[in-house]
Amino acid sequence: MSPYARRRATNAVVLSLSLAATAIGLLWLGLILWTLLWHGLGAINLDLFTLQTPAPNSHGGLSNAIYGSIVMTVVATIVGSPIGILAGTFLAEYGRHSPVAPVIRFINDILLSAPSIIVGLFIYDLMVIPMGGFSAWAGAMALAILVIPVVVRTTEDMLNLVPNSLREAAAALGAPKWKVIVMVTYRAALQGMLTGVMLAVARISGETAPLLFTALNNQFWDQGGILHAMSNPMANLPVVIFQFALSPYQDWQSLAWGGALLITATILILNISARLLVSWKGFAK
Amino acid sequence: MADIALDRPAEAPRARAFDQIFQGATWFSAIFILAVLAAVIGSLVIGALPAFMKFGWGFITSDAWNPVKEEFGAWPAIYGTLVTSAIAMLIGIPFALGIAIFITELCPPWLKRPIGTLVELLAAIPSIIYGIWGLFVFAPFLQTTVQPFLIDTLGDIPIIGALFAGPPLGIGMLTAGLILSIMVLPFITSVTRDVFETVPTVLKESAYGIGATTWEVVWNIVLPTTRVGVIGGIMLGLGRALGETMAVTFVIGNAHRINVSLLAPGTTISASLANEFSEAVGDVYKASLIGLGSVLFVITFLVLAAAKYMLIRLQRQAGT
Repeated sequence: MSPYARRRATNAVVLSLSLAATAIGLLWLGLILWTLLWHGLGAINLDLFTLQTPAPNSHGGLSNAIYGSIVMTVVATIVGSPIGILAGTFLAEYGRHSPVAPVIRFINDILLSAPSIIVGLFIYDLMVIPMGGFSAWAGAMALAILVIPVVVRTTEDMLNLVPNSLREAAAALGAPKWKVIVMVTYRAALQGMLTGVMLAVARISGETAPLLFTALNNQFWDQGGILHAMSNPMANLPVVIFQFALSPYQDWQSLAWGGALLITATILILNISARLLVSWKGFAK
Repeated sequence: MADIALDRPAEAPRARAFDQIFQGATWFSAIFILAVLAAVIGSLVIGALPAFMKFGWGFITSDAWNPVKEEFGAWPAIYGTLVTSAIAMLIGIPFALGIAIFITELCPPWLKRPIGTLVELLAAIPSIIYGIWGLFVFAPFLQTTVQPFLIDTLGDIPIIGALFAGPPLGIGMLTAGLILSIMVLPFITSVTRDVFETVPTVLKESAYGIGATTWEVVWNIVLPTTRVGVIGGIMLGLGRALGETMAVTFVIGNAHRINVSLLAPGTTISASLANEFSEAVGDVYKASLIGLGSVLFVITFLVLAAAKYMLIRLQRQAGT
């Protein structure tokens, strides 16, 4: 075999391997989604959304868990996003040359990938012990801590994409800096910032580990008002899926698959629409 | 700004006050991130103190785990964490690099985005979904096909055989490591793909110009120029694998003992926490679990900090 033919052959082998790696990577995604549809579709019906989590071997749904997940995700997003947006604003606008900015950026990127179960431990210490028990507030705060780094990162990136000439034009008209940021920079970066919040929501809606020691679980609808419900353990989809999937009961396992499909579909829709939002913006320009 | 203040004396002080309030709010939020990190470290240290007071440094090296006698050691969980992550890296890295090479060098331009997005969707799927899929689909598959094959072919070889001894249970450290290898794919792929794209086209074209094949360009030009970034991406994936909780909890078997065989059940730090923390009774038990959490935090913090440092270094390199 001539050296040239051997080089060509090596090239062909390696490139085929990289093609195979890609195919296998995508195969996993396909397999997981297919399994979810296969087991989950049968469990999706009206009762899943209207009945509460049942006792073993009886008929029920996931209404209280769905409600709990939505409530805690909303509270976490409302608490976490403003902090994330403001911190991202500091990094991109005020703190560009500040010595703390690189430190904050560094720590934020670490928090972005830090194990979420540690956040659960932290909130357990900070809220569950002082408040005397597991509560939905604690669960929502644990999720809020996970929202912040995602939003900080995207906000900073998106603000950095806004051309400086826009800021200078507004400043030249005499606008104070906060007005330049809120009315000009934010407006230009709005879609990108919204994407960040959507990605954060997608991230926390599937998080299980930080809820295990904070919101715990609750088999029933809380009969008090929303404030009463927030101060007590609250059912949520991920923890219910965890408990039901590992149980030996057929009904529970089937509900777990239904819940798993529901969560995954929600997250994939959020993720894909967040991506479309960004590319659509690029298209318009 | 001073000139404007002269022109509009009535409005300027209020605008300046607003400016300061807004700037203060952004500063406060940014500092809040540091405060969260400090508070997490503080609460872990205080929470774990009773365990370290009672067992000393032996807590890290001991392999006891007896809630009844209140004897706890972190070593089996640390061992399981390291072994599962090592398996994940061993299998995940070649696949991730292969995908990155395919996307940057081989793929037709119109396919780049869809394939990149699909791979990144692997990261969007919550870890509990990997867990439930691993337990009900992947583990039974391994138990009936892959594990008997490994036992038959590698089980009799000295030394290596010990890694594949015992019955095929389906669940165990190998299964956990394999699932982790799928979960780290998107993280490593997206970083390596991004750093591959930063290689100047001129460099690659010069190599192609003197007759290099695609693989030779990747091996001799792309990889050497982006080495630091690739390692950064791998460390980022490692950080994820070390701390991954739910997927591992489903398939590892939760056994606090060290077994040489990869087919045997084990535990990891995060799986022990997820399984035991909310039911742990007694201060020493709780403190020992928080002690485990502290160990995990220290390990992942170091790995992620190293990853970040390397990626920053690459950015500077690219900037100059």
